[in-house]
Amino acid sequence: MTVKTMAEFAGEDKAPEILFWVGCAGSFDDRAQKVTRAFAEILNAAGIEFAILGDEEACTGDPARRAGNEFLYQMVALQNIETLNMYGVKKMVTACPHCFNTIKNEYPALGGHYDIVHHTQLLQQLIDDGRIKLTDTTTFKGKRITYHDSCYLGRANGIYEAPREVLRSLDGQLVEMKRSRQNGLCCGAGGAQMWKEDEPGDKRVNVERTDEALSLQADVIAVNCPFCLTMMTDGVAAREKQGEVMVYDLSELIVSGLRTATGE
Amino acid sequence: MVQSIVFAVVALLALGFAYFQFSKVRANILLGKDEEVKGPVAERAKNTLLVAFGQKKMFKRIVPAVLHLMLYVAFVFTQIELIEIFIDGIFGVHRWFLGPLGGMYNFVISTIEVLSILAFVATVIFLIRRNVLFIPRFHKPEMQGWPKLDANLILVFELILLACIFTMNGTDVVLQDQDPDHYRATNFAVSGLLGPVVFGGMDASTLYVLERVGWWGHILMVFVFLNYLPKSKHLHILLAFPNTYFARLKPKGQMLNMPEVMNEVKSMMGLGDPNAPEPDMTAELPEFGADDVTEMSWIDVLGAYSCTECGRCTAVCPANITGKKLSPRKIVMNVRDRAEEIGDKIRSGNTEFAERADEPLSRTNFQDGRNLWDYITREEIHACTTCNACVEACPVLINPLEMINKMRRHEILTEAAGPADWRPLFNSIENQQRAWSVGTSRTEWVKG
Repeated sequence: MTVKTMAEFAGEDKAPEILFWVGCAGSFDDRAQKVTRAFAEILNAAGIEFAILGDEEACTGDPARRAGNEFLYQMVALQNIETLNMYGVKKMVTACPHCFNTIKNEYPALGGHYDIVHHTQLLQQLIDDGRIKLTDTTTFKGKRITYHDSCYLGRANGIYEAPREVLRSLDGQLVEMKRSRQNGLCCGAGGAQMWKEDEPGDKRVNVERTDEALSLQADVIAVNCPFCLTMMTDGVAAREKQGEVMVYDLSELIVSGLRTATGE
Repeated sequence: MVQSIVFAVVALLALGFAYFQFSKVRANILLGKDEEVKGPVAERAKNTLLVAFGQKKMFKRIVPAVLHLMLYVAFVFTQIELIEIFIDGIFGVHRWFLGPLGGMYNFVISTIEVLSILAFVATVIFLIRRNVLFIPRFHKPEMQGWPKLDANLILVFELILLACIFTMNGTDVVLQDQDPDHYRATNFAVSGLLGPVVFGGMDASTLYVLERVGWWGHILMVFVFLNYLPKSKHLHILLAFPNTYFARLKPKGQMLNMPEVMNEVKSMMGLGDPNAPEPDMTAELPEFGADDVTEMSWIDVLGAYSCTECGRCTAVCPANITGKKLSPRKIVMNVRDRAEEIGDKIRSGNTEFAERADEPLSRTNFQDGRNLWDYITREEIHACTTCNACVEACPVLINPLEMINKMRRHEILTEAAGPADWRPLFNSIENQQRAWSVGTSRTEWVKG
């Protein structure tokens, strides 16, 4: 796969259709990198000309801000806004709901105004518009798929239906957990919990959530967030169900059933 | 005549003392920092109408929602009867509305009576839910002692209030046969049937006393209730309205910006306004975040006073569900308790609480050696996943997360403390602009 950076586009005096904001997890975490590749493949398949910032991208500052470190947040956020404004970026997509939330809701106060969508929203649009077509319909036939709402896509931004629409385009059976949509239960990673030990308690949050998913006899747990991906995968492993239950990001599910729409 | 004077005096005393108490609540709310109210009035009014008046968010849990609705509607409608009691009390008349309303009067009072029966049933069920059934959110550690008693007291007050209404109306019905000039004929839906069954056969003098006991009992209970509210979780019946109106309209995921930090970082990065005055390097370092009520916003403190301790926030908190110490309801209750403490100390005039002894005590001239950390442990604040479930759950739009975030900011920015686990994260973001310290390049994933 070849992926061009904003700098390369600028060098050719061109601008891409959209900037793919990869995020730290998508760039550096082994498991999340697979999601990044899957989503990039989908963008290529749909014929969307996209760029990444590459090493000019910095952490959006979400974990620092939520931990309480506003100075650090402002430093990286202002740096990102400088970079994005320098390239005149307008449209963005990201596979991380934390990056999505910060750029969409918090960068405007710092002078960064962008039209950003979460990858599940773009996936829905591409499927609806017929720009990607799912031809392999056997993979998920008869499989039970449950969807875990991430807090930052769901409650924080009210996006509940786009990811579900995407999942309905698969041949599986979408089963809902009792705590879903507005009432969805966190995976336990937000608010910079990802980087610290749990406070004393009876149970880990990700195990509580995984148990709920497992109680549905789900074959697949579909997520939209690299943090949820890690937490739910760990939860499934903690219950020793990794042989039976898979945790996937939506873009991985789509790419597995993908064939480029002919003629594009 | 004597009754009118007694009534006027009692009413004045009760309302006067209530005014005094509510002024204290207002002053305590204003211990919080100024915060500009942003966003269109229409959208705020809509929130008040749907969420407070229409109880929209209550309906996430249908059983308590229906029961609560019964009490709420009865409460609102009974205000008509209360107005009549005031008129009757001051002018020494009896059932004054019967004149102007005519036939409508029976309809109005009958409606109140039917609603009151529903409210009675709801209150009894609420008492059972609180004391007999084991509903976890009513039995968390923060609900021991006063909060539990407070909740039960309100329900008992409610039962007394309702018993008084029916005594008043029931005896009235029976007295109508004996003294039709004073007790004019009515036809009430509930007491028209129940009155003769309970009070029929009693002699006129007993009935007269009972009628007055019902009347006075009702209004005295209302006065007690009014003066009890400022000390109680039940204050939500009033503050739910302003709280829903002033609730921030921003998306749940958006944390409030800190312009003072932004501007400092901007000038550090050479992005600042070149015409801005040089920062005063000798000035005392400002405090960031909040370790006390005086550093929270008045909107946060208003929220704390609007809380009725229902525990819906705590019941959905992922940290609390998994046995961590954090309970969003406790955070909110602690903010109110601390506001009470500061308010009382400031009003005491005791100069030992003054930071500058020569100036009068105020929210900016106050120091008692205590703060919110005497109420809330670090462990609680550190357990939050910022998932917004508590914010979503609150039926009156209180935002416990805002309070938690402000305490986190204080811990990190002002105290330079916080979980040691976060230091490598901060270092990685500061030095390499990334939250992950593994890996080398952001384009590595392309190679696969």
